[in-house]
Amino acid sequence: MSTKNAYMDTIGRKLAALAAGFLLTAGLAASTAALAGDKSKYEVDGRKSGYLYSNPETQAIEDDDFANGGMLWVEKGAELWKKVDGKAGKSCASCHGDAEKSMKGVYTVYPKYVKKLGKLENLEQRINRCRTEKMKAKPWKWDKDNLLAMATYIGYLSRGMPMNVKIDGPAAPFFEKGKEFFFKRRGQLDMSCKHCHIDNAGKHIRADLLSEGRGGGAFPAYRLKWQKVGSLHRRFKGCNKNIRAQPYKQGADEYVNLELFVKWRSRGLPVEVPAVRR
Amino acid sequence: MNHVKIKVMDRRTFLIGAGVSAATLAGLSTIASATPEEAAAFIAKITGGKKPTEGGMKLEMPEIAENGATVPVKVSADTPQTDKDYCKSITIIATKNPYPRLCAFHFTPRSGKAFASIRVRMATTQEVMAVAEMSDGSFRIARTTVKVTIGGCGG
Amino acid sequence: MGKARVKVPKTAKAGDIITIKTLIKHKMESGNRKDKKTGKKIPRHIIDKFTAKYNGEVFFSSDWEGGVSANPYCAFTCRVDKSGDFEFTWHDEKGEVTTAKASITVS
Repeated sequence: MSTKNAYMDTIGRKLAALAAGFLLTAGLAASTAALAGDKSKYEVDGRKSGYLYSNPETQAIEDDDFANGGMLWVEKGAELWKKVDGKAGKSCASCHGDAEKSMKGVYTVYPKYVKKLGKLENLEQRINRCRTEKMKAKPWKWDKDNLLAMATYIGYLSRGMPMNVKIDGPAAPFFEKGKEFFFKRRGQLDMSCKHCHIDNAGKHIRADLLSEGRGGGAFPAYRLKWQKVGSLHRRFKGCNKNIRAQPYKQGADEYVNLELFVKWRSRGLPVEVPAVRR
Repeated sequence: MNHVKIKVMDRRTFLIGAGVSAATLAGLSTIASATPEEAAAFIAKITGGKKPTEGGMKLEMPEIAENGATVPVKVSADTPQTDKDYCKSITIIATKNPYPRLCAFHFTPRSGKAFASIRVRMATTQEVMAVAEMSDGSFRIARTTVKVTIGGCGG
Repeated sequence: MGKARVKVPKTAKAGDIITIKTLIKHKMESGNRKDKKTGKKIPRHIIDKFTAKYNGEVFFSSDWEGGVSANPYCAFTCRVDKSGDFEFTWHDEKGEVTTAKASITVS
């Protein structure tokens, strides 16, 4: 056997073993969607929200604002909106007025390119830039209550609206970087996002049903596992740890670029913030 | 060199495959339930030694919990919930949890129904029991098995 | 303890059995978790008692243990016969109390 053939053979066996692992308990996304019935808004042009990959029990929690724990963060966000903070003596409302009017649809277009920064900025970063530049207040920490509450509240105000990020013009090179991240193998398991979320979406990995990785309209989401609301970047970190790759920090350029790609993959899907996921 | 390389990859292939399948089996096929003695001891503590009758109440939980940290529970007893005939309380027990008693609900005729819904933590796959105390001093019991998968995606 | 969310129907007919839903922000620290950095157990801190009153009468209450999930959700029912007020109270182990109120018009 030549060196090359032996190597190829090993790769083949490796893939087969991985595939066998994935397929051990196979379930079909199609059947999930069929059962969903009136849940048709969660599928746009064949793109399915993670909602359709959840158990009916989990869907029921998202469907009911008085069962959905994420609503606690929405309420807190609404309070913070009016709260004066920082040396400038301003609140969010001082500049933006009634959030229900001014923030409607805002969630659907982030992350977006900001000329001044020369790169993309996501919603959490935009909130913090408002705080530091306009309010002269300290930035909020990622995945702590205040930033989660404000991001969740702003997301909630766009609930039901279609995701609509811009990927052309100056955003294009960052979109390409995010796309590259999605398809690049990493970590000890040598896997990319696409191995789970494109190649094997709808199949089980262990007991988890793999979604299509279209969480663009879902986060900050209330996860049963976290028992609280968390950011999309926290979710990225979890995925990266699962494939035994070194995760980036929340707010890292790599994750903001990836966020743009994931939100583009979710284009047209309704904003569900605060979504409920396993 | 090539030989060594192949060997290493083979072992890794094996480990990935074995890890996945072992975990799947552990998560889905073993049902840890308390020994009959353990379960009986917990029930006896609630009923004061009286034997509960099976049925006359409902304990609803998902067959497979998407995550053990938050598992929805619905429980109810079939009663008219009148002054003469009502359910006084329902206790939920998960014998394989570090603290098996999860919660207890107390009702009155004013409740209208002996119904409650809550979300609980489950350490592992196990049988969950609900014990109801009725106004006439009798007890009822309902059981359901919930499969809890270990780990799960996205730390 | 954080704020509570409560859903009580605004109106009902006499004799109706209404469903009430409650949600409160609380970590429900079970006492079983370890601090990842220090390896020490995080002390237990939970809400251990929830009480629901209708026109001053306790009609539902619940004892909670560490096995209740964080940000506890609890739904239950009440038979209403006249307009009045509901009062819901959550007691945590450190003596903190949160109260929420709602009213209903019964015709």
